[in-house]
Amino acid sequence: MSGPLASVEALIAGLAGVGYIASRRIATALYMAINLQKPILVEGSAGVGKTELGLSTAAMLGQPLIRMQCYEGLDESKALYEWKYGKQLLYTQILKDRMGETLKDAPDMDAAMERLHGMGDLFFSEPFLEPRPLMKALREDDGCVLLIDEVDKSDEAFEAFLLEVLSAYQVSIPELGVVKAKTPPLVFLTSNNVRDLGDALKRRCLHLHIPLPEAKLEERIVASRVPEIEARLTHALVAFIQSLRTLDLRKPPSISETVDWARALVLLGADSLEPSLVRDTLNVILKFEQDIEAVEPQVVELIRRR
Amino acid sequence: MTMPHVMQDFLRALRAADVRVSPAEAIDAARAAAVVGYADRQLFKDALCVTLAKSEAETERFDEVFETFFARERLRAAPGSAEAPGPAEPRGEGSGSDLADLLLSGDAGGIAQALEAAAQRAGVAEIRLFTQRARLARKTLDEMGLAEVEAIIAAARKPGGDAALGQRLDAARRALAAQARRYVERQFQLYAAGSGQVLREEALAQRALNLGAGIEPHEFALMQQLVKKMARKLAERYSRRRKKAQRGHLDVRRTLRRSLPYGGVPFDIVWKSKKVAKPSIVAICDVSRSVAAAAQFLLTFLYSLNEVVDRLDSFAFSSRLISVGDILDEHGIEHAIAQVLTQIGFRSTDYGKALEDFCDQHLDRLDRHTTVIILGDGRTNFQDPRMDLMRLIQARARAVIWLNPEPEGFWGQGDSEMDRYARFCHVAKECGSIAELERVIEDVLRTYVPN
Repeated sequence: MSGPLASVEALIAGLAGVGYIASRRIATALYMAINLQKPILVEGSAGVGKTELGLSTAAMLGQPLIRMQCYEGLDESKALYEWKYGKQLLYTQILKDRMGETLKDAPDMDAAMERLHGMGDLFFSEPFLEPRPLMKALREDDGCVLLIDEVDKSDEAFEAFLLEVLSAYQVSIPELGVVKAKTPPLVFLTSNNVRDLGDALKRRCLHLHIPLPEAKLEERIVASRVPEIEARLTHALVAFIQSLRTLDLRKPPSISETVDWARALVLLGADSLEPSLVRDTLNVILKFEQDIEAVEPQVVELIRRR
Repeated sequence: MTMPHVMQDFLRALRAADVRVSPAEAIDAARAAAVVGYADRQLFKDALCVTLAKSEAETERFDEVFETFFARERLRAAPGSAEAPGPAEPRGEGSGSDLADLLLSGDAGGIAQALEAAAQRAGVAEIRLFTQRARLARKTLDEMGLAEVEAIIAAARKPGGDAALGQRLDAARRALAAQARRYVERQFQLYAAGSGQVLREEALAQRALNLGAGIEPHEFALMQQLVKKMARKLAERYSRRRKKAQRGHLDVRRTLRRSLPYGGVPFDIVWKSKKVAKPSIVAICDVSRSVAAAAQFLLTFLYSLNEVVDRLDSFAFSSRLISVGDILDEHGIEHAIAQVLTQIGFRSTDYGKALEDFCDQHLDRLDRHTTVIILGDGRTNFQDPRMDLMRLIQARARAVIWLNPEPEGFWGQGDSEMDRYARFCHVAKECGSIAELERVIEDVLRTYVPN
């Protein structure tokens, strides 16, 4: 193997090339997933870059990304395949017309049945199949990245159904048989821990927990995402966010909030963290009224603390 | 030791630290190790971590175990090795003992290897108890052939012996003994420290549930944790299935809807499915002295179950009855009971009065979905037990469960009206320990959730 897949370092460099600053553990997980051909289950609080990891990997590998957003009530007809009912209906009508002609000269019932069997059953066949994300991913012959987003929001039944797809990269369609991927897709599952996933699913996946980053890594992420920002401001802003995370907040800001805030500050033409400016833009990083109320009086102190 | 063997021990250490590792994951770990190799420690660690640890908590425990397990001692060169220029040179005839040669050569790596091999023969990895450490360390040293070294030292100390050799060997021997002790200590941390916790929890679960007699104050926190853990396990088990297909009743509306794509031909038949209701619970706890501890655990248990319980109202009484909900919201479960006790606790219990209070003010909380759990010893201090109110509660509620910390043999003796109350309960059980508490609550959940 060569290129970005050759080693963990090459993966880090490759991901950085598409704007994703990965820690070593993230890159190792990805490396293992590619080498062991196993899906990765990515966990972590909202906004630490779980989905982004999938998107960036697809960009790095230059493979198509197939994304499936999970929600309660998602079932296999939306995730895997559906029959094209309209077409099937038309087909039966054509069949009816043609049937009369073909069977007209059959001498008796048995011969007619014989001929009927010989006609081949197209009703449940590939042309009438409408592939949904999972099926599409299995049929990409050159490989692809499959992102199953927020799998914890789906029902348990769906989770059970995923097991076959994830362990053997194949699905069984009752009417057709088994569809197997020529090139197994690289699968990312993300979870916010809305509910605990079943052991069976966890066992089939590599597990990657993305924590909130350390200051240095976060500075690099901000620098890579918002290149216009000055290094001094980046440093101040990341330090502020890091100290926010030590407070007892309902939703501590994660990476996406840091990046958004950096963008906002650049847009406002700020070159340093002024208390008034911070107060005005707190709503970018804190998403709950109570959190904002708790932080507002401490802003000056928090800026000085670093 | 070969690498697969090391891996096996490592997995065992992980399991001891409560990281669940299935055979499938063990295979993955071996494949992962084969892919990344052993040269880069960080890479090796990360690779194993993503294959073995399956949650945030497990990742933390994995990191700990990895660091302890693969912390090979940075070996000091054995004393005396500096002046001995080459390993083979000093004793031309050989000292007659492999271990002595090894010690004199000062080959730290070789010593560590010999130590590990000996420890394996001595079965150090099987260590279970704190008290086994000294014996196992000694056994390891014996396996290494310490007896021969000691004989050489003894011979050297005799007049005419090589005193310098004796001193050097003696120092090396002491260093080795210390090293073996540290090794065994580490093995204990890896394999046994966790199982001690398990044993302690098992013992606590069986402990009698009253202050003074059973639970020591310092065990209280541990007990509280244990209750939460048990509740979590139950919640996990019963939060799973909420829908139950009920074959036999056709869902006409949805079947028609599904038939549209087929031109009105009902290809897909849809059956009615029934949602399984979550139980709603009303807990009424006696907080007189003998029952207060049990009440605390019952409440902890119930409130940890909030995922699988639809609604939970709790009340406490001794002479009067009050609602505990607000106090719980304000003070949290750990301090709530203390708070309740300062308000109404430690007075003589009056069941009749408590039932009257409940029926006057809170009877509307009961409907045919509600399970009432009453915790108390049923000792009325010879007041009117108000059986009529008990009957009323039983008639309105779906089920009444009475948990009594007293052994069943005492029911109905002295001022206990328990046997009369029991008549109005669907279940009346003795509940003397957390393990019994868990069983009863599970019964409540099971009747709601079909398995």
